[in-house]
Amino acid sequence: MAVIQVQDLSKHFGTLKAVDQLSFSVNAGEVFGFLGQNGSGKSTTIRMLLSLIHPTSGHIELFGKSMESNRNEILEEVGAIIERPDLYPYLTAKEHLQLFGKLRSKQINAASINDTLIKVGLFERANDKVQTFSLGMKQRLGIAIALVHNPSLIILDEPTNGLDPQGISDIRNLIKQLAKQEGKTILVSSHLLSEIEQMATQIMIIHKGQKIAEGPIQKLLDPTKMIVHIKTINDVQTLQVILSGSFSNYLLPRTDGIYLCMPDYEIPLLNASLVNAGVGLIGVETRNSLEDYFLQVTSNSN
Amino acid sequence: MKQIISIELYKIFRRPRTYIAFGAIAALIMVIQFGLKMDGQSYAGFLMKDINDTLTVDGNVLNGYLICYILLQLLLVHVPLLVALIAADMISGEANLGTLRLLFTTPYSRTQWVVGKFIAASIYTIVLLIWLAILALFLSMWVFGTDDLFLMKSNYVVLIQEKDVLWRYVGAFVFASFSLLTVTSLGFLMSSIANNSIGPIVGTMSAIVFFTILSTLNIPLFSIIKPYLFTTHMNNWKEFFDIKVDDNNEAIFGTILNLPKIKTSLIVLTVHIILFVSASVIITKRKDILS
Amino acid sequence: MYNIFPKLIRFVFLITIVFVCNNLQAQVDPLIERVSQKLGLVNDYVAEGVMKTDVSFIKASLGKVKVYFKKPNLLKVKKEGGISLLPKGGVSVTINSLLNTKQYIALPAGTQEYNGKTLRVIKLVPTDDKLDWVISTLWIDPTDALVYKTFTTTKENGSYEITMEYGSYANLGLPSKIIFAFNTKDYKLPNGITLEFGDDDPTAKQKALKNKKGRIEITYTNYVINKGVSNTIF
Repeated sequence: MAVIQVQDLSKHFGTLKAVDQLSFSVNAGEVFGFLGQNGSGKSTTIRMLLSLIHPTSGHIELFGKSMESNRNEILEEVGAIIERPDLYPYLTAKEHLQLFGKLRSKQINAASINDTLIKVGLFERANDKVQTFSLGMKQRLGIAIALVHNPSLIILDEPTNGLDPQGISDIRNLIKQLAKQEGKTILVSSHLLSEIEQMATQIMIIHKGQKIAEGPIQKLLDPTKMIVHIKTINDVQTLQVILSGSFSNYLLPRTDGIYLCMPDYEIPLLNASLVNAGVGLIGVETRNSLEDYFLQVTSNSN
Repeated sequence: MKQIISIELYKIFRRPRTYIAFGAIAALIMVIQFGLKMDGQSYAGFLMKDINDTLTVDGNVLNGYLICYILLQLLLVHVPLLVALIAADMISGEANLGTLRLLFTTPYSRTQWVVGKFIAASIYTIVLLIWLAILALFLSMWVFGTDDLFLMKSNYVVLIQEKDVLWRYVGAFVFASFSLLTVTSLGFLMSSIANNSIGPIVGTMSAIVFFTILSTLNIPLFSIIKPYLFTTHMNNWKEFFDIKVDDNNEAIFGTILNLPKIKTSLIVLTVHIILFVSASVIITKRKDILS
Repeated sequence: MYNIFPKLIRFVFLITIVFVCNNLQAQVDPLIERVSQKLGLVNDYVAEGVMKTDVSFIKASLGKVKVYFKKPNLLKVKKEGGISLLPKGGVSVTINSLLNTKQYIALPAGTQEYNGKTLRVIKLVPTDDKLDWVISTLWIDPTDALVYKTFTTTKENGSYEITMEYGSYANLGLPSKIIFAFNTKDYKLPNGITLEFGDDDPTAKQKALKNKKGRIEITYTNYVINKGVSNTIF
């Protein structure tokens, strides 16, 4: 069942088409990675999903209901953080959760507030005013606000902004846990593509307001286009071996090392030929990353 | 809606800025009271110069009721500026802070938010007015005592019996609440247009100052629009302190000279409040939250 | 030598005036004497009454007052719990204060009809320069020795007309109603002081004021006579 169903969604700011005829759907229990360069229309789309921006045209359905006519009912089941963690500096973390908890029809008791604070690692600072918080702590509190009413759909726009590596890891694990153990549907956008790669089951990439790729992450990452980084003690000799053989077509024009883009099944052959040629091989690293894919598809569409 | 109002009130009264207005009013009132306590007789003597040529005024002229009237004359010009400090920040302040998008993604419509916020700002305004009443009226009554209210107007003097005064202050404060709520709604309108804190506050203050000047200038060109300006009507609380006289020039207890003027002013102010709040709702509903 | 004659004439004239005046003072008008005797019966009183202020630029309602009097000329009007407006110096120039000083010359000025009564008009001129009043005219009913009207010109506080009506205390010369009439000066305070800006028509308010002449009326309801009044009240 599609929790989010978007049809031909457009938003124009004057002559600028921020979002152009965008259609996608997110199924229940999915972690949906929403990718795009800065200014690609990600945030505009997310704001339209949350009724912060009025679409120029198109249709949004959440939980099978039209956003236009069932907004309040729908938003009861949605938790969101949008870009920066903007909060009330004169209120404490606990007061924020109490305040936003009150705005939901569900009864939110002190225990569930404490549980949420524990989940995001802010329990110790529950009674401290937000003005004393670091950016990372504010981000955690923003996530706590999105979670406090136990929503079915969680929309997270750049949730790892401002977090340290440990914080990023914690939030990643939390998102995974929410999806796997609690069955939440999560739409997450992030500029940290490696994070999305680790969390998302589905991704969509938009560019200049238009969808350029969508699907399960494993399908999008083409196994015939693995990136191979060869580290040797003698790069010149290694290049001579590659150029003289059948691998020359795979060589990437890069100056920061020897890189090839090739099918995964040919990598053992490359490795063997280098060893046989007697080059001082230090290692062969292979990767097929979302970042590479992202850069590839966005550059293609430019 | 109840939740929105309680949350908004909670936020208002948790903000340090809220108490600036309370502190400013207390400081202003107490300074004036202190000055009048110390040197009030010479002030009264100056006011009564013309009267003292002909008449001997016996009694506690400078009593709490007169002090309150003097204070209200001075402060009800400035309190709107303090009200603007909060009201004009209610929507735009949150837009600036970024919290507006948190509020507008809750299961309440924008209309509910705007109306709820306006009600909360109105409650703040009324609490501020009650604070003003406590200090200006009751503190003055305690410090200066009570007696008949001897009011020196521009062209004549009104002597209102002590028993006939307090209800007039109740009326004046109720009227003043309409005046201040008009300022609150204007601040709200400004707040719904902008996305920063300072602009609407300065805008509201400027609008009050600008329209007050238009209201007080006796230039025929402006006379056409004057009856429709809220600032023309804001100070008509003073009408509660003018009294009817009978054929023997005897003041009639419990009367107001120009009750229709008060009613007209209340209608004009109420229409302004409705217009300003409705415009705020429409603007906020149509607005894209980009902050 | 040639200039001494006019000076002599002046001297003789002055002596004659002084003699006449002394003679007049010595031979006090019997009606004034009767009035004084009547008033002399009252050493002090406390009277309750209702005061009405009728001044063109003042809007005031009726107020209860207490009037305290003590011989020879102490008088105090106190409004009960309120602010009272009295003609400046006017109340002190009452019949008691005029007559009790005995420092005047009484000059008969004929008779006049007043409210159906034929009253004798007597003018009083003070003989003591320290007194506040310059001249006072009394309208007295010779039948009951009651003063119905006085018109007094003071040195500093203008002229006052005092009209009296009598009731149950007429035998002691105490009025049941007393009306002070006096001229008022213009009253005006700048808008900048009263903060009354933007009034459409300030004169419209004044139209509500019916009378342009200053009048203060006290209607007495009760007298407590000769029971002693403390000096501290005055």
